[in-house]
Amino acid sequence: MILVLVEHTAGRPERTSLEALTVARGLAAATAGTAIEAVLIGPGAGDAAGWLAPQGVATAHVVEHPELTDYAPAAWATALAEVMATRRPSAVIAAGTDRGNEVLAYVGARTGLPLATNCLAVAPGSTGNGLSLRRQRWAGSLIEHAELAAATALLTIAPHAVAEEHADEPGAPSVASVTPTLASSDLASRVVGRIEPDAGTVSLSDARVVVGGGRGVGSAEGFAELEELAGLLGGAVGVSRVVTSAGWRPHAEQVGQTGLRIAPDLYIACGISGAIQHIVGCQAAKAILAINKDPEAPIMQRARYAVIGDLHQVVPAISAEVRRVSGG
Amino acid sequence: MEILVCVKRVPATGGQINLTADEQDIDTRFLGFTVSPHEECAVEEAVRLVEAHGGSVTVMTLGPAEAEEQLREAMAIGAGKAVLLDSGGRDWDPLATAAALTAAIRGREAADGPFDLILFGNESADSGGFQVGIRIAVALDRPCVIGVKALEVADGNVRAQRDAAAAREVYELPLPAVVAVKEGINLPRYPSVPGRLRAKRAPLDVLTPDDVTGGPTKVRLEVPVRVATTAEVLGEGPAAAPRVVEVLQQLGLVSS
Repeated sequence: MILVLVEHTAGRPERTSLEALTVARGLAAATAGTAIEAVLIGPGAGDAAGWLAPQGVATAHVVEHPELTDYAPAAWATALAEVMATRRPSAVIAAGTDRGNEVLAYVGARTGLPLATNCLAVAPGSTGNGLSLRRQRWAGSLIEHAELAAATALLTIAPHAVAEEHADEPGAPSVASVTPTLASSDLASRVVGRIEPDAGTVSLSDARVVVGGGRGVGSAEGFAELEELAGLLGGAVGVSRVVTSAGWRPHAEQVGQTGLRIAPDLYIACGISGAIQHIVGCQAAKAILAINKDPEAPIMQRARYAVIGDLHQVVPAISAEVRRVSGG
Repeated sequence: MEILVCVKRVPATGGQINLTADEQDIDTRFLGFTVSPHEECAVEEAVRLVEAHGGSVTVMTLGPAEAEEQLREAMAIGAGKAVLLDSGGRDWDPLATAAALTAAIRGREAADGPFDLILFGNESADSGGFQVGIRIAVALDRPCVIGVKALEVADGNVRAQRDAAAAREVYELPLPAVVAVKEGINLPRYPSVPGRLRAKRAPLDVLTPDDVTGGPTKVRLEVPVRVATTAEVLGEGPAAAPRVVEVLQQLGLVSS
């Protein structure tokens, strides 16, 4: 049996968890007779479980506890470990998100099991023993081929590296309720509050369009034009590392190796040369439109569309045209 | 307060990463070395905390003898003590790394008293295991928070912020604690000339830890093949705008 930790928001499974389920189905198919079960934790877990039958999940373990009203990594690991103890999975898989990596690291630490993070592909080992896998190094600039031999393989799946199957139709697997036994130390590190973004802010991780700015934007003020276009398209602004190092924009907007991995429908890369450290953060975009003065910039080899020119002229012209066709 | 920062020596890679002929490592013949950006920020954060609250910073690494260079860089910006765990030049897996660091931390604490705070970078730039800090926190039975972009220490607690998709999360945990930080928490300073001179002469402890492999086991490395696309040029300069908006409409991002 393969156990998948499914993260969820507002009663729906997260896209990155659906990607993890895709890998789990592949691994289950390679070892006949292997079932997939899921663990979902906290408020909304039951609703999210109701979408998992079409994803190949036979049983969903829905974890509820009065203390688990918000995220607490060690407590999540305790809950997951309880399910592991009774169900004895051959593998436990989570998304390679902050939470997925964190919870499986706790499980690994407590059980002494090895953990392979940010895997791209997993298959039974050629020797019939353990698993053979490929995982990201350098945030995806390099791939490591590795072997993992363990009683239970702990794996996380690199976000946006495999295609997920959309959960468009609900379908409930059989549900098992779990109330874990938590120690006070499980709750020593937990979310005690949130700092909400300004009203109307589009989340960079979820935006369908991201307008990205790099060195070519030239100044903090230069981003007003990018913000305007992002606003017109209902999208968000993302930036390269040069921009946050220069203090032009906050680090939370950085896309790349030391920032966010995004997967929008369109990434509009303005004045971004396309260093590998940035590309690994935006390569999951369905399409890239590069706006750059230099037709030889490396970003052009990743882009589906290109405009050759000065972004400070091109971006306002696009905004004006969007306004014109939208009748605004 | 007494703060320990754990760092890792990694090659300073440029635009193109090349492998050695046996595909076991990055070809570093023409590269310099550094620590991960997250770890540079961890050292800076530790030095700022000690400047504000008193105490001292110790920096520790598991790495080859040459990692002395990275320890001295940390001392040049304000770390007072340094410990090098000699890896014998091998690539240790996350379990072995955590075990070696845990044993060294226990030894240090038995001699000099406990660290109030142990800082890590969120993940190493090279292997990206996302787990050594947590494994050490569990071994030492201390609370831990990762992905931290803002950190305050007051009244025996740490208050930490971490970015999440919907909103920034706030964590609060009692000291002693383990915290893994991300780039963006601060802008690291450049070392001063007196700092560099002091760091050059500062004592440095070298230990030889036990290697207990746990996996996963590296077979080989591969540079991913990225198929270069030929971009469709929509035009030059502002005159391209109407064609761009047509494409936006085709993609369903602007209503037609």
